[in-house]
Amino acid sequence: MKIVVCVKQVPDSAAKMTVENGQVSWGEAPLVINPWDEYAVEAALVQKEAHGGDVIAVSLGGESAKEALKHALAMGCSEAVLISDPALAGADSQAVAKALAAAIRKIGDVDLVTFGRQAIDGDMGVTAAQTARILGWPALTLVSRISQLDSSSRTIQVERSVEDGRQVVQGKLPAVISVVKDFGEPRYPSFMGIRKASRANIPTWGLGDLGLAAPVSVVSWPKVENPPAREIKTEIIAGSSAQEIAEQLADKLLAEKVL
Amino acid sequence: MDFELTDEHRMVQHMVREFAQREVAPVIKEYDRKQEMAPFVLDRMAELGILGICLPVRYGGQGMDYIALGLACEELEAVDTTLRVVMSVHVGLNSLGLLQWGTEEQKQRLLAPQARGDKIACFGLTEPGAGSDVAALQSRAVRQGDIYVLNGEKMWISLASKAHHALVVARTDPDAPDPHDGLSAFLVELDTPGVTTGDIHGKLGVRAGSTGWIAFQDTPVPLENRIGEEGEGFKIAMSCLDNGRYTVAAGATGLIRACLEASLRYAKDRHAFGREIGKFQLIQQKIAYMVQSYDAARLLYLRAGWMKNRGLRNTRETSLAKWFATDASFEAASQAIQIHGAYGYSDEYDVERYLRNAKGAIIYEGTSEIHQLMQAAYALEYRRDAPLRCELPPYDAATWQ
Repeated sequence: MKIVVCVKQVPDSAAKMTVENGQVSWGEAPLVINPWDEYAVEAALVQKEAHGGDVIAVSLGGESAKEALKHALAMGCSEAVLISDPALAGADSQAVAKALAAAIRKIGDVDLVTFGRQAIDGDMGVTAAQTARILGWPALTLVSRISQLDSSSRTIQVERSVEDGRQVVQGKLPAVISVVKDFGEPRYPSFMGIRKASRANIPTWGLGDLGLAAPVSVVSWPKVENPPAREIKTEIIAGSSAQEIAEQLADKLLAEKVL
Repeated sequence: MDFELTDEHRMVQHMVREFAQREVAPVIKEYDRKQEMAPFVLDRMAELGILGICLPVRYGGQGMDYIALGLACEELEAVDTTLRVVMSVHVGLNSLGLLQWGTEEQKQRLLAPQARGDKIACFGLTEPGAGSDVAALQSRAVRQGDIYVLNGEKMWISLASKAHHALVVARTDPDAPDPHDGLSAFLVELDTPGVTTGDIHGKLGVRAGSTGWIAFQDTPVPLENRIGEEGEGFKIAMSCLDNGRYTVAAGATGLIRACLEASLRYAKDRHAFGREIGKFQLIQQKIAYMVQSYDAARLLYLRAGWMKNRGLRNTRETSLAKWFATDASFEAASQAIQIHGAYGYSDEYDVERYLRNAKGAIIYEGTSEIHQLMQAAYALEYRRDAPLRCELPPYDAATWQ
C-alpha cells in the first residue's frame, strides 16, 4: 500500500489574524502543521500499520513548509517531498491541486491520498476534491473512519461524518479522502521519529520536476476584512439575595429577548 | 558559541508540551484538589518514551541527549510540578545513577526496564532524621553471604508507593572513620519481602504527585544489586543529585515561564482605572523580573546540560542553576498571584498552585541554603570536585542510538 498524505504549514491556531490594507497577517505567529492534517497523517499511518507499505508526506510551500513535513515524518511517515516553486506563490486551491496531482503521479503507484478536511488559514476545504478530480480518482470527503481497505479487490469503504449522521460510502482505489476530527486523536511524534525527521533530507520538486507549466490561478481575494468589532456592555446585577439577583437576571434576559 | 536549539530539540519540546497541555492541563486541578496522582500519567509517560528520554537505545531508552531531558522537564513543569518530579526521581536520581555507576549487567537487567518505563524508579536517600546531613542516615545494610540485609526507613520519597525500584543508600560500615565512607548504594526491588511503602498527605504543594515513605525490615538485597563498591554510597548519591538537580532546575524554569505566561494573559485581560493593568508600571516591573528570571534560569540549566553532553563535571553549575531557578520560581509565583489580585488567591486560577508547588524544590535536592554554601565554598576554593571512579558518560549520538 502506497499512501500519500498532503500537509500544509499554517500559522498556529492561537494566532490572531489581522487585515491591513487588504493584506492578511498573522504577525509573528509560529508556523505549525495544519491541525486538520495531523488527522490525515494519523489516518494514513493507521492504514500503513494495518496493510503495510509506505506513507509519503507531500507539502507545497516555501522552505518553512519543511517543518510541517518533518512533523509528519516524526509522527511516522516514511518519506517527505516538498513542492516549491516561485511560480506557485499565491496559487489558488486549483493551482495547488494541479501541482499536488502532478507530484502524486510522479511518486507513482499511489493507492490512497489523504488530506485534512481544510486548512485553517484559507479555510477553503476544496483541495482534496480538486486533486481527486485532476487525478480522475474518487473523492471521499469528511471521512471519520476507514472501515475497509482491500488492495486485492481495489476497494475502499469509509464512514463520512455529515450533519445528520453518518454515511457509509464505497469507492474504488486509488482514491482521495479528506479526514475529519472524529477519526481519532492524532499520535504525538515519537522520539525515534523525531530523530529520523531531524536528519531527513527532504527533496524539493519544482514545476520543472513535475513537468508542469505554471498553473494559472483563477480565484483571487479582492477584499479581506476582519469582522467588525462587537460592542460589549457589561452590567453587574446587585441584590440582597441570590433569589433577587436571579429574578432580576431572568427579567433582563426576557426583556432583551435572549430567552 | 551556539545558542540555537537543534530541530531535534525543538521537536522534543513541542511533543512533550503537546502531551502535557493536551492530556494533563485539563485535569490537573481536579487531582491537585484530591491529592492524588492522575492515574494515567506514569503509563502515558512510559508509553511516549519520556521516562527513557536521554538513555541510550541499547539500554531501552530513546537516545536523546541531556539537553532534551532539560527541555522536557521545562515543558512538564510548565503544566504541573508533579510531572517533572517523575522525571527527577525516575530519570535524574535513579536511572542516570545506574547509567553512571552500574555494571553492564546491571544496566541490562535493572536500567533497561526502567528506561522502557516497564519499571518505575525512585530514590531513597532522605530519612526521618537525615536530610541535608546525609552522613547521619541510619539505615543499615549488613552483608550476609551473597545478600545484604536492609533495615531502616526512607522519608519524603517521591513515587514511593508507585515505584518498582528504589536506589537506596544505607550504612554498611558503622565504624568508618569518616561516616561518609561508610555508606553504600543498592537498587532495591520493592516487591522484596520486608518492604512496606505509604503515601504522605497534607503537603503544601505537589499534591497531584506521590510522595511517601519506604520502610525496610530485614529486607534481603542480592549482592548483584549493590551499585558501585561498598563505601561508594555517598559519592553515588551526590552524582545522582547532580542529575536530579539538573531536572529540578529545568523544571523550575518551566514554572517561571508558566507564571510569566499567566501574568501576561491576566495583565492584558484585567482592567482597572480604565485600562488594562499591564499598562501600569508596577505590574510591568513584576513582569520584567519574571522575564529576567526565566532567561537567566534557562541559560543556567542549558549550560549545565551542555556540560553533561560533553562529559564535563557540572556539580557547581548544576547547583547554581537549581538554586537560582527554584528561588526565582517561588518569587515569580508570588508576584504572579499579586498581579492576579484576589483571583490569584483562589484555585480558580493556576498561580496559587504554582506558588505551593514552587516551595518544595527550595527544600529538596539540596536546600537553597546548602547550595549557597556550595557556591561560596567553590568561590573560596574550600571545595574542589575530585574525579570520580565512574563519571556520567558524555552524550554521543552514535553510541546512544
